[in-house]
Amino acid sequence: MPHAMSVSRYRARRLGLPGLLLVPWLALPTQAWAAAGSGTAVAWWVWPLALFIACFLMGIVAVPAGIGGGTLFVPIVGSFFPFHLDFVRGAGLLVALASALSAGPTLLRGGLGSLRLALPLAVLASASSIGGAMLGLAMPANLVQILLGGVVLGIVVLMLVSKRSEFPQVAQPDALSQALALNGVFIDGASGRSVHWQVHRTVPGLLVFLGIGVLAGMFGIGAGWANVPALNLLMGAPLKVSAGTSGVVLSLVDSSAAWVYINRGAVLPMIAVPSVVGMMLGARIGARLLDVLKGSVIRRMVITVLLFAGLRALLKGTGVWP
Amino acid sequence: MNTANPAPALQPLEQMLYASLLTWGTRLGLFVLVASFAAYVLGLADAQVPVDRLPELWHHPVARYLELTQTPTGWGWLALVHKGDVAGLAGIAILAGCSLVCLLALVPLYLRRGDKAYAALCLAEVAVVLLAASGWISGGH
Repeated sequence: MPHAMSVSRYRARRLGLPGLLLVPWLALPTQAWAAAGSGTAVAWWVWPLALFIACFLMGIVAVPAGIGGGTLFVPIVGSFFPFHLDFVRGAGLLVALASALSAGPTLLRGGLGSLRLALPLAVLASASSIGGAMLGLAMPANLVQILLGGVVLGIVVLMLVSKRSEFPQVAQPDALSQALALNGVFIDGASGRSVHWQVHRTVPGLLVFLGIGVLAGMFGIGAGWANVPALNLLMGAPLKVSAGTSGVVLSLVDSSAAWVYINRGAVLPMIAVPSVVGMMLGARIGARLLDVLKGSVIRRMVITVLLFAGLRALLKGTGVWP
Repeated sequence: MNTANPAPALQPLEQMLYASLLTWGTRLGLFVLVASFAAYVLGLADAQVPVDRLPELWHHPVARYLELTQTPTGWGWLALVHKGDVAGLAGIAILAGCSLVCLLALVPLYLRRGDKAYAALCLAEVAVVLLAASGWISGGH
């Protein structure tokens, strides 16, 4: 018995707080779905409440996992909630936008977000995000589900294999980077040092952001997962500056794409508001728990959930698991 | 290049101005969003689509939803902004539009400094967001 106890304690510790939080997250929609399927009338408020709780939990784990809440939102809500994917993507963009807008001022004041670096990238990504949003709304829902499943599984691979460089060495900025003065300084909280940075490979970086904008608009998933590697590994910005600047870029790119969804009537406040409020409250707690929760465990759990949600989106799109 | 024991790094003036304006725009947008939503779910305001009708509607594609609820597209929602559910779009519009004010405020700062490239970039981003907001371009099923 003591052995069993210790094993269960060990497992509980391995699973951790977020694992326990995951249970109601998946159970609530599943139970409501079962009730709906069995013909039992489900009160209108059950789904928004389940959505609020799910988003609250997603917000908690998104911060320690190092990804934007929008990346979790669309595949999970699109796969396990009864809302049409059009409205889920509209709400997903709003979630990503509200999170980026809330974090933006702090990041900019602290120098972790660079407006100078963000602006050229955001102009191109914003323009292409409009095209992505129009394309997404014009395509049949099952095709979008299949593509979404592919992108989410791609994110899983990226999370598993991508390496990050805390302070990449940029020996010589390119001509465009010099002309636009794409450099800055920030205080690294961990070491207390003042870090001066500059970037290179500006033209390839601009082209990559053109593609990232299309994905952000088409799927409403935000694009921090793509922004950060592009800024950090390709352009050579320090990891913290990449994460901060990614937020500033997202706040501009998602503004453009959100307007397409608003104009098409694809933003339902009943879906968007519980999602935005839940995610923002959860993210505040996630930020406070950053030191308590084990980042690697959370990351593994998020990868597992994304893998499941990505496969679910693929199977839903192909009609195997409607 | 790293420096130990630095003085606090001051960020450029335009970045600090942008951050301040963004703070207030976001606060205003979120306040309108949550207040209108509360009025909608608590029945304090009329609704274009009653809350208890939503479960039979939200699984439809957006085109079918709009047809069934007689909800206008584009900026047509402004005529219905007194209704609780539609008022939520005002908050969303503030969130999606607050960056415009921040960007426009930077243009004189950049021009005064002779940084025409960044003044042009701010105006280009404003033009892109306005193009998206105008509803001149749209997709559909």
